[in-house]
Amino acid sequence: MAELLQLLVNGLMAGTVLAVPAIGFTAIYAVLRFPNFALASHATIGAFGGYVANTAGGLPAWAAVAVAFAVAGLVGVLSDTFVLRPLRPAGAITTAIAAVALNIALENVVRFVFGNDHRGYDLPLQRDWQVAAIRIGPQQFQNLVIALIAMAAIFLFLALTRTGKAMRAVADNPTLANVKGVDADRVGRLVSFVGMGLAGVGGMLLGLDTSIDPLTGFRVILSVFAAAVVGGLGSIPGAVVGALTIGVAEELSLVALAPAYRSAVGFVAILLVLTLRPRGILGERAY
Amino acid sequence: MLTFAGFYGLMALGLNLVWGMAGMINLGLVGFFAFGAYVSALATVNLGAPIPAGVGAAAALTAGAGVVMALTTRNLRGDYLAIVTLGFSEVVRLVASNEIWLTKGTDGISGIPGPWRGRVTPETFNLIYLAIVAVFVAAAFWLLQRIRYSPYGRVLRAIRDDEQIAAIAGKPVVAFKVQAFAVSAGILGTAGALYGHYISYVAPDSFTPLITIYAVLALTAGGTGDNRGAVVGALLVVFFMESTRFATGWLPGLRPVQVAAVREFLIGASLVVVLRWRPGGLIPERIPRI
Repeated sequence: MAELLQLLVNGLMAGTVLAVPAIGFTAIYAVLRFPNFALASHATIGAFGGYVANTAGGLPAWAAVAVAFAVAGLVGVLSDTFVLRPLRPAGAITTAIAAVALNIALENVVRFVFGNDHRGYDLPLQRDWQVAAIRIGPQQFQNLVIALIAMAAIFLFLALTRTGKAMRAVADNPTLANVKGVDADRVGRLVSFVGMGLAGVGGMLLGLDTSIDPLTGFRVILSVFAAAVVGGLGSIPGAVVGALTIGVAEELSLVALAPAYRSAVGFVAILLVLTLRPRGILGERAY
Repeated sequence: MLTFAGFYGLMALGLNLVWGMAGMINLGLVGFFAFGAYVSALATVNLGAPIPAGVGAAAALTAGAGVVMALTTRNLRGDYLAIVTLGFSEVVRLVASNEIWLTKGTDGISGIPGPWRGRVTPETFNLIYLAIVAVFVAAAFWLLQRIRYSPYGRVLRAIRDDEQIAAIAGKPVVAFKVQAFAVSAGILGTAGALYGHYISYVAPDSFTPLITIYAVLALTAGGTGDNRGAVVGALLVVFFMESTRFATGWLPGLRPVQVAAVREFLIGASLVVVLRWRPGGLIPERIPRI
């Protein structure tokens, strides 16, 4: 029982961290209407941006996360403006293919600069906390808090600011938003910045737990897709619910499966959800 | 090297059927390729099956996997098929790395038999194999040309251009799409099986997403929708990869990992460039008159 509870807690914490890049993926999908597979390399770029700020710049981890957001967001805007936006008239599928190619190109930029070695962040060693029978790593807890802050910021931004409302308007009905004078290009740039920034934060938070290398983002991408699809592609609350579901499901799978299959859980979840309820838990129509 | 052009050509032909003709996407090409390679390798090494049986089993089972994926996403937008196929390729790699009792994990399966391997000199073997692969490419090309110029191919193009109109015209859209996806997956599986018998060794590391990019690049560079484009494109891609090998040889002072990074970067970047400035490829599609 205690073991099960422990897995549940681990799953909820992992799911909260996973929600950050999943929100990025689903937000980009909601506004720009294509699955941006380049998210993986942006997560990696964010992780490395935070790594440089942390080790060379001497920033503590929580401050380096802001650097991860800025770096990944900036790369996201640049790659969207110069690579993906010109392709969007050719259709969502063509853009998605270009995103895969872009992903490989960016991943290799990271590989060129940093090599293939695994690198660890500069972190103080801390002993795990013990709450009743549950162990909690202070670093995981800090990641949880950072993820919650990032999510709260996004929700406030979307709910309260004018730009956030414009973004939701474009996601809801691009034609109507255009009639009302919302600049779709500006919103596109903005969502690329925020979405890829969140991917960068997600990449760094995941890297804080273990280590980072050029494939950091790629390894988690299946879970991110799964979170977004399970919650409902294009729905931000859905991405959070989906990420928590996937996080818990991945941890609970450890009872029955070898740890290496954690990310296969995401794939199975995608197939199940698409078969039973294609629009996901909180999503709109999927066809 | 021409043999590799044959593998990519087969993959590009398979992709052309789903993407170029039916307008569906498969971003997990490498997953189907790997699946076929493993099926045939296991059948011949563990069960002692003859090579043609292994290749046949690979084609059949990969087609089956394709049916499952096409059926799962049958009523959904193409984005979902993209996500599912991309996920599939990762799962194939996960299973291949972890089911050690079956696939020997990351060590890979070695000693996969090849036709007349060991009984002729390696050079002759390469030539024989090139001929075999050429026959397969020619057969796939012939099959796909038949499909393309048949009423069947016309329906696929109709589905690509407007699914609803095709459905209103009384065409069973889902059945057409699933069939096209299955045939395409079968071709990809065959390509993978042939690859395994040629290299005589399969391991999870051989099947990176970069291979998907090679095949997509081959098709888009040659010309989406046109089967000749797929074959020409595959030759171009191999030529391009070889020339990047030369070009990076000229760059001084790079570590091997950097050289590899530059080459992979160039391949990803060139696909973006082709999609941006030459989306029709070298041989743009002309709708065949029937």
